[in-house]
Amino acid sequence: MTHNTSSDVTSIAPEAAQIAARQSWMALLARSQLQRLENAWADLDGKPEYAVLRAPETGMVMVRARAGGNGGQFNMGEMTVTRCAVRTQQGHLGHSYITGRDKRHAMLAAVFDALMQEPTHRKHIEARLLTPICEDLAQARNNVASKVAATRVDFFTLVRGND
Amino acid sequence: MYVAVKGGEKAIRNAHRLLAEVRRGDLGVPELSVAQIKEQMSLAVDRVMTEGSLYDRDLAALAIKQARGDLVEAIFLLRAFRTTLARFAISTPIDTSKMKAQRRISATYKDLPGGQVLGPTFDYTHRLLDFALMAEGEVPEVEKMDASDVAMPRVTDMLDHEGLIEREIVDDEAPIADLTREPLDFPAERNLRLQNLARGDEGFLLAMGYSTQRGYGNSHPFAGEIRMGEVEIEIVPEELGFAISIGDIFVTECEMVNQFKGSATEAPKFTRGYGLAFGEAERKAMAMALVDRAMRARELGEEIKAPAQDEEFVLYHSDNVEASGFVQHLKLPHYVDFQGDLEMVRNLRAEQKQTELKMAGE
Repeated sequence: MTHNTSSDVTSIAPEAAQIAARQSWMALLARSQLQRLENAWADLDGKPEYAVLRAPETGMVMVRARAGGNGGQFNMGEMTVTRCAVRTQQGHLGHSYITGRDKRHAMLAAVFDALMQEPTHRKHIEARLLTPICEDLAQARNNVASKVAATRVDFFTLVRGND
Repeated sequence: MYVAVKGGEKAIRNAHRLLAEVRRGDLGVPELSVAQIKEQMSLAVDRVMTEGSLYDRDLAALAIKQARGDLVEAIFLLRAFRTTLARFAISTPIDTSKMKAQRRISATYKDLPGGQVLGPTFDYTHRLLDFALMAEGEVPEVEKMDASDVAMPRVTDMLDHEGLIEREIVDDEAPIADLTREPLDFPAERNLRLQNLARGDEGFLLAMGYSTQRGYGNSHPFAGEIRMGEVEIEIVPEELGFAISIGDIFVTECEMVNQFKGSATEAPKFTRGYGLAFGEAERKAMAMALVDRAMRARELGEEIKAPAQDEEFVLYHSDNVEASGFVQHLKLPHYVDFQGDLEMVRNLRAEQKQTELKMAGE
């Protein structure tokens, strides 16, 4: 998955660009550590008010897969998911769907999704929340990948006596 | 004559209290936390998630703790919990070719793009008990290497380019069975079979897969590719109308490559068996792939003569929650049934005695 920040996608049609930008920040908010979201919320000047349209609730998503990885679809099994929806005073709707059952995470992710749609908050959230999440994820990914890379097999051919 | 009675409430209550005490074990030993199970018994957690058919590491770890480590009981607990949750969405199909693989091996090609990556495997360990683990020790320093992203194309795609392997059929309009909503129906399409196998008991599938290797439905398998790692989960919520990425899950995938002699209309080629499981579950994914291939006998026009090829036999007996329930229900009071049988056996014996006496008298 590639995480774009909103400024990377301005070349696409305006609406598509808006959706693409929102998709990338929602993907980041869903993967954030809870503490990052809490800190960013604590840092926010003059806490914006919001109404909870859908209180955080836990349910499931059925994971679909494909036979052979690329063939016919089948239902693999379910996973827990928590979702939430809010509306800010400015009227922006924020949605979140996150894996697992952390209701606080779902709530904060929805709030930040709404606030990211408000120009007054966007820059601040990008700098103080989204960039650090990107860095966390990249660091975690590199940490695992570099350990895994050390287990890649190097085959070598033994010198045979009859040559 | 049997008269219905009530009773046992007190005994049951006390038995459950005793269970809680036995579960805790020696109070002198620190209590196991769910987090410890999640971190240090992670393969047990993976099995419970896979067969419980619910991806949630915390809940699976909790179930293991509650079940005193009885994984089939833990699977039952997770299955029961999932019935309390509403389904919000169905994901778009996961794309395992984009997996961030933490292990990837092939037994068919030594040198393949992306290489053979062992990851954290038991393979090549000597299976000697490590007494150092009896003491609380430090873990060895892990080597790191440059991890520039290397593409890992599917092994079966490589065969596909040469036309040597059957193509997977993609028909996204075809109905997809869901056995959490509809009971099993026969003949079962491959998508229904795969869902059943994905949550099927590892021990059962291992034995069935093993039987195909030993000649009961011989399918000449090669482990074309095994990979495990994280894949992205994407859904399209109705209220948004566009796809969002909600997180990543860890899965294990196995693609078996099997011989196929060909038929009057088809040239000889390789066929496929597919296995997929939550978490790190290599044995399960391999066994599933073997059984998936065996059950494709009908579709490939092979003679069905072995248990692993018999979809009714396999699919009806793969689920350990159902199997465990039916076997264990024998513990429930069968007093009336047994009274009936007792009566019948007594009568039969009496009749037999009568006949013997009559014969002796004649």
